[in-house]
Amino acid sequence: MFTYTLRRLFFAIPTLLVISFAIFALLDLAPSDPTGNLPLTIPPEVREQIRASLGLDQPFFIRYLKWLQQFFINEPLNILESLTGWQFGDGERMRVLSWATRSPVVDLIVQRLPQTLWVVGLAYLFGILLAIPIGVISAYKQYSIFDQIGTFISMVGYSVPTFFTGVLMIVIFSSHLQWFPSVYDTNLEVTDFSSLMAQMRQMALPVAVLALYNASQITRFVRASMLDNLHQDYVRTARAKGVKEKTVLLVHVLRNSLIPVVTVIALGVPTIFSGAIITEQVFRVNGLGQLLITAVQGADIPLVQTLTFIFAVLIVLFNLIADVLYGILDPRIRYD
Amino acid sequence: MKKLNILLAGTVACVALSSSLAHAERGADGDLKILFWQAVSTMNPYLSGGTKEALASSIVIEPLARYNEKGELVPWLATELPTHENGGIAQDMLSMTWKLKPDVKWSDGSAFTAEDVIFTWKYCTAPDGGCAQAAQYEGVKNVEAIDPHTVKITFEEPKPYPYSAFVGAQSPIIQAAQFKDCLGAKAPGCTAANFAPVGTGAFVVKDFKANDVVTFEANPNYRDAAKPAFASISLKGGGDAPSAARAVLETGEYDYAWNTMVEPEILESMLAAGKGRLESSFGTQVERINLNHYNADPALGDKRSTKEAGPHPSLTDPAVRRALALAIDRDIIVEAGFGEAGRPTCNIVPAPEVVASTKNDSWCLASDIEGANKLLDDAGWLPGPDGIRAKDGVRLSFLYTTSTNSVRQATQELVKAMWAEIGVDAELRNASASVFFGGDPASPDTFQKFYADVEMYTNNFDGTDPEKYLAEWLCDKVPSPENGWQGQNIPRYCNPEFDKLLGELSKTADIEKRNELAKQLNDMLTEEGAHIPLVHRGDLSAFAASLDGILMNSWDSQIWNIADWHRKK
Repeated sequence: MFTYTLRRLFFAIPTLLVISFAIFALLDLAPSDPTGNLPLTIPPEVREQIRASLGLDQPFFIRYLKWLQQFFINEPLNILESLTGWQFGDGERMRVLSWATRSPVVDLIVQRLPQTLWVVGLAYLFGILLAIPIGVISAYKQYSIFDQIGTFISMVGYSVPTFFTGVLMIVIFSSHLQWFPSVYDTNLEVTDFSSLMAQMRQMALPVAVLALYNASQITRFVRASMLDNLHQDYVRTARAKGVKEKTVLLVHVLRNSLIPVVTVIALGVPTIFSGAIITEQVFRVNGLGQLLITAVQGADIPLVQTLTFIFAVLIVLFNLIADVLYGILDPRIRYD
Repeated sequence: MKKLNILLAGTVACVALSSSLAHAERGADGDLKILFWQAVSTMNPYLSGGTKEALASSIVIEPLARYNEKGELVPWLATELPTHENGGIAQDMLSMTWKLKPDVKWSDGSAFTAEDVIFTWKYCTAPDGGCAQAAQYEGVKNVEAIDPHTVKITFEEPKPYPYSAFVGAQSPIIQAAQFKDCLGAKAPGCTAANFAPVGTGAFVVKDFKANDVVTFEANPNYRDAAKPAFASISLKGGGDAPSAARAVLETGEYDYAWNTMVEPEILESMLAAGKGRLESSFGTQVERINLNHYNADPALGDKRSTKEAGPHPSLTDPAVRRALALAIDRDIIVEAGFGEAGRPTCNIVPAPEVVASTKNDSWCLASDIEGANKLLDDAGWLPGPDGIRAKDGVRLSFLYTTSTNSVRQATQELVKAMWAEIGVDAELRNASASVFFGGDPASPDTFQKFYADVEMYTNNFDGTDPEKYLAEWLCDKVPSPENGWQGQNIPRYCNPEFDKLLGELSKTADIEKRNELAKQLNDMLTEEGAHIPLVHRGDLSAFAASLDGILMNSWDSQIWNIADWHRKK
């Protein structure tokens, strides 16, 4: 298992390099321009100067190599410096700078990460916690009223897009009932009970929207996987041995059913980091998803490049974790 | 009983007095909550060029003079406006002198001097800096200090209209001490300074989260001890225009939402909640349809819309251009898409009032389908079997492009229907705004390349003087592959008469005469059909009912007088 993991990690390096090149080339080929959103009163000569100051007058390969150097050498050194207080060289390194804000991309990401982890992460967690019991009951009592309602809700949750449910929730709970705020206040600091309540209130709507979506998806997996196992021979054997029904269901069937579910959950973790682009935009949560979408709209290529690449790294990493987990959970599977 | 009455009356009087006093006290009105649906990326307008950044930074940094809500220049950090009469502008028009207010302090307590003004010019003109407002300093040869509170600007050639450097929200003064190590290529590296510039304005930046939220607090060193009325501002960004309008008008979570350009019927239903109001103001924005004077036939490939492609087979016929203009009913377009924030216009220079022509309003403002049909009949464009007019095998069928935007797409549909009534067909297309306005020479969809017969967008000019703007229709400003598709003469209009008249304008200093010439130039463009002006667009913003002191301004930053904003008592 260990050598397998090492081998996979080693293969990840060329994979990620190819991905980074593909992202860079795609963004370069895309017909967008960082000066495109500026007022037309800014004359073309000035636009040309702005583009030159962003380094856009240099050839493609030079820009790509510069980004590689900034991302793989300069930024890690900077992080190391700020963590340890050591100084490498003169400390004057070119960092990956966002074009729109002209500030280091990594600082922006660090600023945005907590909100995304809180809102999207919590929604993922709630989604899982909701999905597993619903899936188990749905499968055990297949075609019962509970199963029918569960299936209906998860179908609705899965097929209705979040930009619809989000706005619907705002109209109902913010505009009409006025229970929850429609705009996320990122300056709110949790210091006492009332600010904690305020934080919970402003997180309620986005978390609810995303939890519904996540739960719908995972419920279907849990239900399907439970159904597969419920008809297996070992279940009949356990029942014949006189094992209690509760134990059969929760120990024998559930444990075996969770093997593919855990993989699905692990594969979904990177999407927590990439944020919920649409939901964050709807509720104005300043997370990574919103950062990405504003960067795309403003043709802020270094920011888009860095963010998408970090997501790519996470996806490669969690694919590996899912495979390893699979091997640990299911003793029948051996990679070596 | 009488005593009690007197006592009561006294109490009431006291309460009334204290509340009117509170009016004149800095920070008495608490927090002001602003919502921009496009988030602010930086507080340095010299590094961004975007309107939202110019607006946000105008809370902190200020110019020497700015435009008021009527479009008149008012001195701001200067004691008076330099003019020919008061000797502030030299007779030869080669220099001007600004006198700075002597008692102005930066928010850090240091004195505001001529050095800061000079530094601002150096900052924006430093090589490799990519200053987004460089055009404001165009033609400036030197800026020098006569004494610590007098600045002299020298121009390279006579400037009949010199109010551009250090004037308006695009050209504010930054502090020399803070930015001294940020010249040229080093500018983007000064993140702390770019995110929280030291200013002379009513507020200072307390916290800046890029593309998200900016927090301001009242400037303790502001020159008017009684202002601002608000103690702090939080400026949140992101989302979209309808939800921003909703947060002010319907849920009342915010006090002010900038640029709430939403379909009138949606706004109407939000206003019903009674929590706020809409205010509009008009600057120089005109939504127009450009008519391509060159052939844009796709069969021509890369030669499309260039001189080599030759004149447009149908749009060069004055009768066709006039008929297309006559067929359009501007009232319907305004009603459907713009509401309070639009007015029908036939001018490309719609404001200020002194330069707004009314000459063509008689024939152009109202639609005249019959007249248009007759014009085309007489010119020999006759309807074919499909109802589309044609002459010598050339059909009046046009490719009509614009940027992606729900109001623009609705307008496209309306115009298409109006043109259908005179036997003209239109194929509608739209491109994402960042591509359409992006100017990437490799993309075929930019508005500069104009690979279409007609295209629609909005443009405007800064300030109140239209000379530079009218110069965009000069023959040598036509975009072409030779100049990398740069040049603002998008309709490819070329008339030596126009060029001559514009030359005259650039030599005239007398304001009356300038206005007259500008009107003539504007009329020429409408009459000859360089384009079809559609809607004079205004700015529309939403304000909470409790907010007072607002003077909506389209000539400068919309929040130019934020020091005077307060809560209704």
